Amino acid sequence: MGGPGMGSQMSSQTIGSPTVAVHEPDNPALLHHFATEEQQRNSASFGMWIFLATEVMFFGGLFCAYLIYRRWYFGDFGAASKSINATLGAANTAVLICSSLTVVLAIWAAQTSRRALLIAMLVLTMLFGLTFLGIKADEYKDKFEEHHVPGASFSFDHVPIPGHPDQYANPRHAEIFFSLYFIMTGLHALHMIIGLGIFTWLLAMAVKGRFTPEYHTPLEIGGLYWHFVDIVWIYLFPLLYLIDRHP
Amino acid sequence: MATAAAQNPAQPVERENYLNKHYGVWSWLLTTDHKRIALLYLISITFFFFIGGFFALLIRLELLTPAGDLVQADTYNKLFTQHGQVMVFFFLIPSIPAVLGNFLVPMMVGAKDLAFPKINLLSWYLYIIGGLMMIHCMLTGGVDTGWTFYTPFSTAFSNTKVIEAGLAIFVAGFSSILTGLNFIVTIHRMRAPGMTWSRLPLFIWAHYATSIVQILGTPVIAITLVLVVAERALHLGIFDPKLGGDPLLFQHLFWFYSHPAVYIMILPSMGVVTEIIACFSRKRIFGYTFVALSSISIAVFGFLVWAHHMFVAGISVYAALIFSILSYAVAVPSAVKVFNWTATLYKGSIHYDAPMLYAFGFLGLFTIGGLTGLFLACLGVDMHVHDTYFVIAHFHYIMVGGAVMGYLGGMHFWWPKISGKLYPEGWARLAALIVFIGFNLTFFPQFILGYIGMPRRYYQYPPEFQVLNVLSTAGATVLGVGYLLPMIYFLWSMRYGKPASDNPWNAAGLEWKTASPPPTFNFDQEPVVTWEAYNYDELDAPHGGTPHTQEVPVVR
Repeated sequence: MGGPGMGSQMSSQTIGSPTVAVHEPDNPALLHHFATEEQQRNSASFGMWIFLATEVMFFGGLFCAYLIYRRWYFGDFGAASKSINATLGAANTAVLICSSLTVVLAIWAAQTSRRALLIAMLVLTMLFGLTFLGIKADEYKDKFEEHHVPGASFSFDHVPIPGHPDQYANPRHAEIFFSLYFIMTGLHALHMIIGLGIFTWLLAMAVKGRFTPEYHTPLEIGGLYWHFVDIVWIYLFPLLYLIDRHP
Repeated sequence: MATAAAQNPAQPVERENYLNKHYGVWSWLLTTDHKRIALLYLISITFFFFIGGFFALLIRLELLTPAGDLVQADTYNKLFTQHGQVMVFFFLIPSIPAVLGNFLVPMMVGAKDLAFPKINLLSWYLYIIGGLMMIHCMLTGGVDTGWTFYTPFSTAFSNTKVIEAGLAIFVAGFSSILTGLNFIVTIHRMRAPGMTWSRLPLFIWAHYATSIVQILGTPVIAITLVLVVAERALHLGIFDPKLGGDPLLFQHLFWFYSHPAVYIMILPSMGVVTEIIACFSRKRIFGYTFVALSSISIAVFGFLVWAHHMFVAGISVYAALIFSILSYAVAVPSAVKVFNWTATLYKGSIHYDAPMLYAFGFLGLFTIGGLTGLFLACLGVDMHVHDTYFVIAHFHYIMVGGAVMGYLGGMHFWWPKISGKLYPEGWARLAALIVFIGFNLTFFPQFILGYIGMPRRYYQYPPEFQVLNVLSTAGATVLGVGYLLPMIYFLWSMRYGKPASDNPWNAAGLEWKTASPPPTFNFDQEPVVTWEAYNYDELDAPHGGTPHTQEVPVVR
């Protein structure tokens, strides 16, 4: 087969005539397949937002399962929720919100060439992250000691339902609560750990002086990821810790 | 522009292109060139196609006789489970997007590569890792839950390697997500100057819609698999009725992805068919806007119909009614496409090259598959044929008669671009015919079998069903021959095929304006687009406005 003539038959359309894109051939930060740094930056940012959309759907399945069971077993879930430490949860919430602030400050520092502040803010962010994980570990330890970890040694007997002191919570339904609690907070903690890994890398790049006011895209997209992990926690905290709290 | 000036078929001068630019295994395994990654995927998915096909062969062999006499019942469960898992997750879902999409999306929009080339390579490695995990799982015990993993059997009772299979699919799912992410960013941000949304080939619109489904749907199956693995490993109770858990919750979560997944499988194929029909009718696609928007509609509506897989599972009649109506609605955009393709054919100058034969096959078989989907969406009918061979025939008409035919048609259409060689047209037409005959012989009897009551996933059946089963197995053999032929002659053509020009089909589209095979960075100069899509009237105009009936390519 040769088609209409083995040679070129393109007549009216020529490609490669005056291009309107501005190329920056000598910029080392510009990857070869992008035409401009702006295109590269926008693409990176857009890509991270799409990834965060997938994360929303990922956690969304868990939230869906949680909401359904909470509606069915509200009293039992209330009893189980009361047994987890809302003070520690609130502390963790404050810690994460502060860490999001330090991330934003780190980006501002990069935008204004404040390298020392950038490094300090990145370190602070990571410290907050570690604090969060430490508090979480403490909570998990408490749950382990109280036999609230689902499995063979789970027990949740004679725990009254909040607001109905004469009724006891169904231990099986409470076990479902704790299954979801551990999976949801565990998955969140895993994302925190991954975030710490990302920020370690960002810190290394910052120390080497790789970020300038013109180029700090990894900070921005790392920051987006961190903010997302923060916002997941902001949903998790009231849903898990604050069910049916009475004064 | 660098075109065929250097191409003399008698003595081809090998211009530098993406295939010969670098040599060596590592230049392939560490490539970030989307075209090479596409070929890596091509080899991998073909490998898994063989594995899935092998299981299909064993199933059909068992079903030659009414008694369960080839394999034990437990083994049969593993056969159909693994056939489904391998074919769905390791062949169909990647197929067109990972091979043709990876190769063509950057070229069709006029870019040098996808937005994130390294993530593209990562996507392939994740696919391979998931695939290796799956192979290991199958070799060390397999899975017998059905590809649908229903609880509580999969979480509490099955003695097979559910966890490993679940994790394998979890990893492969990330491959799918990253591909979708890459396509969306590329299509939004990396179109060449002048390439507006309304000038994009409909192949791109189809892949855009597919990518939306991939990124929004796949994470849900990911979390569902996490829950199944956690429940099975840690004896939790989320889906266990003994604890107050709900098995139906699993089904809802599972099908929330797995229904949109079927649109991941068919939308790219529709994109391919659109390109082929336009080229081989020498006409613009009728109703470009409708076809583009129908892809998006299918993606959106596809998320609203999942419970039509659960009509008999115990959902309320009112829920079933709503999902039934929505399932009828989702058929409308698909029908819009079929009408537009037909209108494109009308008064077109039809050429019956192999890609077009596959496209015609698609038109008929997808229509049958789609219409039988509507039968299933009807609650009264579904009560009768749910979990029978009617359902199996329905989805194979779409997935094989539709998606795979589109994939084969696309492979033939773009083969000259990919390899720089022409495949033998005579053999290709013969293979297309064999595939069509084999396919219908395999799956049409299954509609009848299902209707007269043969359940799916059974390895034995009443003797009166045997004739139809034998026909089906015979058809599967013919189909297998039809699939083997292209593999043979494509490989043959890489060595002995005639060198292809830049545009052997005189087709519209940016990918045809560069060499076959293309240079590594696709275009010698960045394209600037000033013409509308499918400008076949302009392409054919230099020859007096008549289509090239005399110059229909025939290769001997």
